[in-house]
Amino acid sequence: MSTITGAQALIKALEHEGVEIVFGVPGGAILPAYDPILDSPIRHILARHEQGAGHMAEGYAWATGRVGVTMVTSGPAATNLVTPLADALVDSVPMVAITGQVPTHAVGNDAFQEAYTTGITMPATKHNYFVTDPREIPDVIHEAFHIAATGRPGPVLVDLPKDVLNAELVWHQPAQLNLPGYKPTVDAHPRPIKDAIRLIEAAQRPVLYVGGGIIKAGAHEELLRFAEATQIPVVTTLMGRGAISDLHPLALGMPGMHGNYTAVTAMQKSDLLVSIGVRFDDRVTGDPATFAPHAKVIHADVDPAEIGKVRVPEIPIVGDARRVLQQLLEKWDHQTTPDRKKWLDTVHGWQRDYPLHYDQQPDGPIKPQYVIEELYRLAGPDTIVVSGVGQHQMWASQYWKFTEPRKWINSGGLGTMGFAVPAAVGAKAGRPDDLVYAIDGDGCFQMTPQELITASVERIPIKVAILNNGAHGMVKQWQNLFYGGRLSAVDLGRDVPNYVMLAEAMGCVGLRAETPDEVGPTIEKSLAIDDRPVVVEFVTDTEEMVFPMVPAGGSNDDIILSREDLP
Amino acid sequence: MSQHTLSVLVENKPSVLARVSSLLARRGFNIHSMAVGPTADEGMSRMTIVVDAPELEQVKKQLHKLVNVVRIMELDPAESLEREVMLIRVAATPGKRGEILEIGTIFKATAIDVGSTSIAFTVDGEPRKINDFVELVRPYGIVELVKSGRVAMARDVRSRKLKAIR
Repeated sequence: MSTITGAQALIKALEHEGVEIVFGVPGGAILPAYDPILDSPIRHILARHEQGAGHMAEGYAWATGRVGVTMVTSGPAATNLVTPLADALVDSVPMVAITGQVPTHAVGNDAFQEAYTTGITMPATKHNYFVTDPREIPDVIHEAFHIAATGRPGPVLVDLPKDVLNAELVWHQPAQLNLPGYKPTVDAHPRPIKDAIRLIEAAQRPVLYVGGGIIKAGAHEELLRFAEATQIPVVTTLMGRGAISDLHPLALGMPGMHGNYTAVTAMQKSDLLVSIGVRFDDRVTGDPATFAPHAKVIHADVDPAEIGKVRVPEIPIVGDARRVLQQLLEKWDHQTTPDRKKWLDTVHGWQRDYPLHYDQQPDGPIKPQYVIEELYRLAGPDTIVVSGVGQHQMWASQYWKFTEPRKWINSGGLGTMGFAVPAAVGAKAGRPDDLVYAIDGDGCFQMTPQELITASVERIPIKVAILNNGAHGMVKQWQNLFYGGRLSAVDLGRDVPNYVMLAEAMGCVGLRAETPDEVGPTIEKSLAIDDRPVVVEFVTDTEEMVFPMVPAGGSNDDIILSREDLP
Repeated sequence: MSQHTLSVLVENKPSVLARVSSLLARRGFNIHSMAVGPTADEGMSRMTIVVDAPELEQVKKQLHKLVNVVRIMELDPAESLEREVMLIRVAATPGKRGEILEIGTIFKATAIDVGSTSIAFTVDGEPRKINDFVELVRPYGIVELVKSGRVAMARDVRSRKLKAIR
């Protein structure tokens, strides 16, 4: 029987899983795998840093819903991958990471470029594998993709020693999965579904509180049907933006620390939270003891460990968000929609009375919110928006109107600075026909700008808007609000680097807007370029803060609407 | 902090012990004892973990998320069988030898090594019995003490009351 090498088996196994792109960086221990990939239809995108490769795989997965794949070598390459893995774990991003390892006989001997990769990444992955027998490769890769994509999705790492990659084996089609301890619950139990319907029928002020679980499960259509059938207004968490169109009359936008008044207050006044694919994150609840104090809670999630973690629900439902909504719809057999006029009037009244606001003076500095509104107006709702973490992320989530899922990509749970540029590269690689516009801050941008070289060389024409306020803006905001204005280590300067020159040096087009009247025309210029990546620097107001705001650990009843409201 | 006994059925594979103990370590819980061994099914191992923790509901769910963890039960001491094995070496001058051996007899402890200055016993049984034996011989001087860690299983008649996750 003819044999192939472990490395050939690896590439063949990736092909078997339908992989079209691998984001990676080669090196010593992974060398054997970089030879057969030359003969494979799989496209390899050469990142400039392993962290970039990992975030690219994440961006690809966010945009396409498929498993993102990254491949790097051992030691420092594997440790550089820890941040994307941790990011993917907390944001439930399906990802498979392949790492090279020193030869089996050298493992544990402090060999060159050796790190205990599976040990280091154990708490940063959904699962990981250390492969010592080349014959296991087909099955391990198959299991890795299955675990990454099913249940609550997440990152899976496969560590392959060099001698295992070089060893010979006889290829076999991956056998049936043998995972006795891994059986995610998809269909919900009928009893809590029935109980949930009863609570929904009785509720006067219900709110649908939905998040990333809706996007991951592809449950947006079911969500829309259910919201319309029950006439329940919907708040979408940072991870769930686009689960329902922001233009829909039942959509209330984002709740939480920087959520809008209506979304926050609707939950505080609610008598029933219908929570699906959410985890009651501290950035949503504030002080859990004062969060939605009058509400009964229905909590549906595919991950049983999320249910009751923060808030003990009246009705716990374990199941896939899409199936849960389908089951709820089956039981919701009412011919007439309930009359929620009073509640919806109240909610719409808040929307009218407490809108998001900022003040753009024609001759003043550029307001970051204005940049986002102009971007939305000119680039349109079909754009895939990618952000990092911080003020720019909050403004993007607040001011963009998301009308469908998978158009919003950001680092939610881990809050990873430097996420946006590489994630945008991955998103654009996976969805080449879509406009991908990263909205980044200057602090975030400076953490991973080298991936613009990847974008240029690999001809992945993303666009990046840098909201340059010359500072770690969110940290500065907290120092201003909670440390008496004593600013410490937040000043990044506004002139260095010269972003236009930096962009040009990396093969991109660099543009800059310094006054409000330059914002629109500069965005238009950026949209006219489609053969190269474009970086647009917007020189924005250094003092602008994100509002509304609920101070960390505070009660959502004490929402601060603007600078003038500060105590 | 109270003591909880978990009986965890896991796949018999490398690194499973590390995954389980790492999860408990993340929460800062101290593992009082942990006994691991294969089950009747060669592919599976059983861990009996005694852990000091205020409550274990969340940790049990998180443990269950580990791909190699098949089943978890929290055992109520009142409704389960618990056993432990101890090796103990007690200081024993010739004059005290008789007294110490007598205590051993009461506890069905077997003397397995008698030297000029000490006696080594093996004792097995319920953890409380073992602790009582330790306290009785403590005045003579304990030279060395080794415990196996607790192993436990649910009692048959009441086992249906125990809540198993999945």
